[in-house]
Amino acid sequence: MATPCDIVEPFGPCWGIDSSMNFEEHAAKPLLRTAGIATPRGLLAASPAEAERIATTLGPCVLKAQVPTGKRGKAGGIKRTHTPAEAKSAATAILGMSIGGHRVERLLVEAQVPIAHELYAAVLNDPASKGPLLLFSARGGMDIEDIAAAHPDELVRLTCDIRTGLDARSLQAALPPDLPCDRGKLADLLLRLYAVYADSDAELVEINPLVVTGTGDLIALDCKLTVDDGALARHEALAETGAPEKLTALEIQAGRLGLKFVELDGSVGVLANGAGLTMTTMDAVRHFGGSPANFMEIGGESYTKATPALELVLSNPRVKCLLVNFCGAFARTDVMVEGVIKAWLELQPKIPIFFTIHGTGEDEAIAMVKERLGITPFDLMDNAVKAAVAAARGAPT
Amino acid sequence: MIASGRDRVLVQGITGKQGTFWSERMRDYGTKIVGGVNPKRAGETHLGLPVWATAREAARRTNIDAAVMFIPPFGVKDAALDAIAAGIGKIVCLTEHVPVHDTMYILAAARERGTQVLGPNTAGIVTVGECFLGFMPAFNPRVFRKGNVGVISRSGSLGTLICLNLVQAGLGISAFVGIGGDPIIGTTTKDALVALDRDPNTKAVALIGEIGGAMEEEAAEYARTMKKPIAAFIAGAASPPGKRMGHAGAIVMGDKGSFAGKKAALEAAGVTVCSTPNGVAESLKRT
Repeated sequence: MATPCDIVEPFGPCWGIDSSMNFEEHAAKPLLRTAGIATPRGLLAASPAEAERIATTLGPCVLKAQVPTGKRGKAGGIKRTHTPAEAKSAATAILGMSIGGHRVERLLVEAQVPIAHELYAAVLNDPASKGPLLLFSARGGMDIEDIAAAHPDELVRLTCDIRTGLDARSLQAALPPDLPCDRGKLADLLLRLYAVYADSDAELVEINPLVVTGTGDLIALDCKLTVDDGALARHEALAETGAPEKLTALEIQAGRLGLKFVELDGSVGVLANGAGLTMTTMDAVRHFGGSPANFMEIGGESYTKATPALELVLSNPRVKCLLVNFCGAFARTDVMVEGVIKAWLELQPKIPIFFTIHGTGEDEAIAMVKERLGITPFDLMDNAVKAAVAAARGAPT
Repeated sequence: MIASGRDRVLVQGITGKQGTFWSERMRDYGTKIVGGVNPKRAGETHLGLPVWATAREAARRTNIDAAVMFIPPFGVKDAALDAIAAGIGKIVCLTEHVPVHDTMYILAAARERGTQVLGPNTAGIVTVGECFLGFMPAFNPRVFRKGNVGVISRSGSLGTLICLNLVQAGLGISAFVGIGGDPIIGTTTKDALVALDRDPNTKAVALIGEIGGAMEEEAAEYARTMKKPIAAFIAGAASPPGKRMGHAGAIVMGDKGSFAGKKAALEAAGVTVCSTPNGVAESLKRT
C-alpha cells in the first residue's frame, strides 16, 4: 500500500500556508505538449455519449476522472475500455462518482498506450535546499513513495540553481547508469520538464508514470501541476484553467472580498488577524473544550475589511458567540476594531462577543470597545477564549 | 539574524504610505535610518533623509549594514537583487505573496554574496531598546520590555502575543526574530536559534512554530546541543493537515510537518512544548 499521498486538502488552500492552485491532469498536460513532451491522444468528455464518440475515433481507451485529488485509480475513477460501447458504460459509472469528496463532472478519454516500463519524474520547490529539486526514478508508478523509501539509492535527487536552471551535464552525471530507455531522450525530456516548471512558476510538476513504450518512446501518462498563489497574477491564461476549490457559498463570497474564510462545524465564531494567530485562536478554543465555527483571517493587507469579515462569520447560523482576537503588528487594531464595531452595531446580533486586543493601536481600540459596546476586552487571551467557550455552551454571560 | 542599534539602515520603498509610516516609527525607536530608495524620486529628501535611485547608488554614498523593503510583491526580486549587488549584509523582506521562484532566485544570489536574508513575509526583527526593522510594535512597552528571552516566530501577530505574554509574566525580551510565514525563507527557525544561542544578551528562547514544513524538526536537532532553556508553542494543533504536494511531497517530506511530529522532535531535544501561547511565558518564568 502507498503511504498517504497526492493531494489531501480538506479545506483547500486556505490556511495562509501552502497557498497554491491545483491543475487537473487535463489542464496540466497541454503545458507538457507545448514544451515538447508527448502525452497520449485524448479529449475531455462531460457525458457518456461524448465519451463514446471520442472512443470511436481513438480505439481502445482509458477513461480518467478529472478531480483535484489523487488515488483516482484506487477509487475506481480510472477504467480501461476496448470498444465505444464499453467506454459509454464506463463513463456512466465514473461520472457523478465522488472521489476524495470531489464529484466527478468530467473525464479525460485517452488512447491506450503500450507500457514497457514506468518511470517517475518531478521538479518541485525544495525548502531544504531553497531551490528547485529534480526527482527521478527508473521505477515509477502508484507506489513510488514506498519504492523511494525502500530503495533511496534508486531515487535521483538533483538540486538546481534557479538562476541558471537545470544543468545538462549535472543531469547526465546524476542519471543512473542502467536505464530502461534511451539516455539522451530521457535527459532531453527532463530538461523540458524543468522548463515547464520554470515557465509556469510551478510549485510542483510531476509525471507519474512516465511511460517507456515498446518502441522506446517516452510518454507522460499523467501529470500533476500546482502553482503558488503569489505567482498566479503573472500567469493569467494558465490561472483560468486551474481547478476551482470546493467551497461553500459563504467561502466563495469571502474569496471575492479577498478574505481567507473556512466554515467549520463548531459554535465559537473566530475573528483574528494573521494566519498564525488565527490558527492559535482556534487551537485555544479546542484546548479549552470548545469548537471553532470558522477560520477567518483578516491580517496582512486585508485588515481593513473587518466589516464584511464579521458579516460573513455571523451569517453562519451555528455561531453561538463571537471571539475577536487581534494582535497588531503591521495590522492596526484600532482600524480592525472600528470595522467590527460598525458591523456589530449595524447587524445587532443576539449573541455575546468577547474581545482580546494587543499591539499596534491597542489603546484606541480598547477605548472604542468600552465606549461604544460597553464591553471590557480581556487582557489575557486565555481568559477571553474560556469565556467564549463557556458562552457557546449556553452559560449565562 | 539579529539587528544591532549600530546598524546603518536603508529603507527601500521609503516614500510609500507604509514605508513612511514605519520609517518614522523605526527612527523614533532608535533605528539608524540613513536614507531610502525610490528611482522616481531620486535626489529628493523624504522625512529629512536622502532618497537614492538604487541601493547600489546609496551604498556608493554611505555605509549601509541592512536594508528593509516596503516593496510590492512583483518588485521584490529586483529590489532584493539591487541590495545584494550593493553589498548590503542583511536584507529584511516584509512583503507577503512574493512568488516562490523569485524568493529562490534572491536566496541563490544572496548565498553567493554572503548576504543574510530575513523573510519574505516577515514582520521583521526587534533588538529591544536598540532598534527594529519592519513593522513590529517595538515601541509598545506592554509588548516589548528589555530582558533576556529571545523570541523566534514565523507569524508577526502570534509573535506579538507571545512577547506580550512574556512581559505580562514579568519577563523581558532581548531580541525578536520574525522569520516569516512563506514556505521558503532566507533565515530558518534553526538559523534564528543559532543566532540567539550565540547572542550574549539572550539567556532563554521562546520558539514559536507552525504546522507544515520541516523547520521545527531541523531546529530541534540544534536545540539538543544548547544549554539555554527553550519553550515552544506550535500553532495549528486544531487545524487539518495542509496539502501534500503530490508523490514528490511525500518523498521529500516523509512524516515531517505535522503537529505531533514537531512536538515529539522538540520534546526529544529537551524543549518544553506548551499547549497554549501563554504557557511559553509561564514555562520560561520557572527556569
